[in-house]
Amino acid sequence: MEFFLQLLVNGLSLGFLYALSALGFVMIFKSSSVLNLAHGELLAIGAFMFLALSAWANLPIVLAFALTLAGTFALGFVVERLFLRPLIGESLIEVIMLTLGLGIMFKGLLLFIFGGDIHDYPKFLPEGLSLQLGAIQIPSVNVASFIIGIVFVILFGFFFKYSSQGIYMRSVADNQPAALSLGVHVRRVFALSWAIAFIVAAMSGIILGIINGINVHELSAIGLKVFPVVILGGLDSIGGAILGGVIIGLLETFTGGYISTSLREVIPYIVLILILMVRPYGLFGLVEIERV
Amino acid sequence: MEDHISLLINNISVVYSDVIQVLKGVSLAIKKGQVVSLLGSNGAGKSTTLKAISGLLKPENGKVTEGFIEYDGVPVQNSSPEEITRKGIIQVLEGRQEFKYLTVEENLRVGTATRWGKPYQKDLELVYHYFPALLARKRSKAGYCSGGELQMLVIGRALMAHPMLLLLDEPSLGLAPILVKEIFQIIRRINHEQGTTLMVVEQNANMALQIANYGYVMENGKIVLESEAEELRENPDVKEFYLGTAASGALKSYKDVKSYKRRKRWL
Repeated sequence: MEFFLQLLVNGLSLGFLYALSALGFVMIFKSSSVLNLAHGELLAIGAFMFLALSAWANLPIVLAFALTLAGTFALGFVVERLFLRPLIGESLIEVIMLTLGLGIMFKGLLLFIFGGDIHDYPKFLPEGLSLQLGAIQIPSVNVASFIIGIVFVILFGFFFKYSSQGIYMRSVADNQPAALSLGVHVRRVFALSWAIAFIVAAMSGIILGIINGINVHELSAIGLKVFPVVILGGLDSIGGAILGGVIIGLLETFTGGYISTSLREVIPYIVLILILMVRPYGLFGLVEIERV
Repeated sequence: MEDHISLLINNISVVYSDVIQVLKGVSLAIKKGQVVSLLGSNGAGKSTTLKAISGLLKPENGKVTEGFIEYDGVPVQNSSPEEITRKGIIQVLEGRQEFKYLTVEENLRVGTATRWGKPYQKDLELVYHYFPALLARKRSKAGYCSGGELQMLVIGRALMAHPMLLLLDEPSLGLAPILVKEIFQIIRRINHEQGTTLMVVEQNANMALQIANYGYVMENGKIVLESEAEELRENPDVKEFYLGTAASGALKSYKDVKSYKRRKRWL
């Protein structure tokens, strides 16, 4: 029983981490229907930017964190302006190929600057954050990822549902010509969605870095994990990304704990195929509204 | 204010993808506070004229290659839709382009994009005042609304942007006659009560000429006829080809109404 509960807790916190990293991916897909194949590299950029600011520049943690968020937000705008904006109006597959190229470029740059070794953050999370429930131990980093995950999900939920800017973003995803006819600044919406995606990716990159150490290859590989998560939850659903993340996280830890650690990486994809056979648009994906 | 020109189109040509010429020297003028209707059959270039005004040619790879468009005396041809909508020209697209997955109220809120951050509660009330049917459905997804509700929704959405010049592309498309009547009545009220200048593109010439002050007839990318709406209603060619009422009023044999039997005089 204790083992079960411990796995449950590990699975949940891993799941929230996946959910958080999937959020940025969903953001971009929702506003511009682009599959961002550079997502893993975005995680790595955030993680390394924080490393450079906190460990190397020796800034106070809070300041380093704030600067990382601001920096990645700005970087999102720059990347959109330089690379993606010229492709507006081109076919989607070209944009997706471009993101693949962007990923390779980012990875190369990061390897060039930081090398392929594993780096570590200085310890900064207060020990008081860790929880001891009976025999179950929840390390402080998992508690932190849980809190950050929930806070961001709620923030984004409100942003999309109620704020005007969020509604404009959804209108662009829904019907771009109509949004243009009403004066919605479509290019600004795309830029904003990339900037937000960069921020969210940076957050999850930092947390992953605290747990596993910071390594270019590992972080960019986790970007791939986003696919089962978002396809499971529905590519355009924030709620779906969270549930998808939690399901994949739980599946991984339970498979690892009860069956075999080598199956751990495979099971999510098997379940993914099963779910897609029943609900091709994912658990919470958009069911196409069709008028007859 | 009288006789003050709101929009002036002078001899414009529009070319798509650098090769396909759709408009060949179109000129027209819209006075402030007027309703102007633009009639013509399919493919005459009516929608292209509207898109040339609203800047929506660009995403379709179209361009005004000759002539100019002036709004309040300022040239606006080939400006981006973001700039043109912020000057107060809003186009309601053909075929009810609603945001399917947004609720009715969210759809209306997108209409505030040109003045982001300003209060919009009064405007919502105004739209619900003109279209009470929308109030009842404000929380349901637009994709599940009926055609009539959607036409009201897209007109209401455009009203949210405080348009000075509203361009309506076939508001009667695919609607039951009773709904067409209702919608045209509301359009007329908007013109009277809000002072909005209107340009209505229509195939339903009868309805369009009833609410218009002035009318233009287009064919093959050219304006072939223009005059006051009343005169246009009495014009024998318009009567026969657009209103479907022959001069004599009596039923004619099918042989006689074949178009090659009687040539349009302007061609």
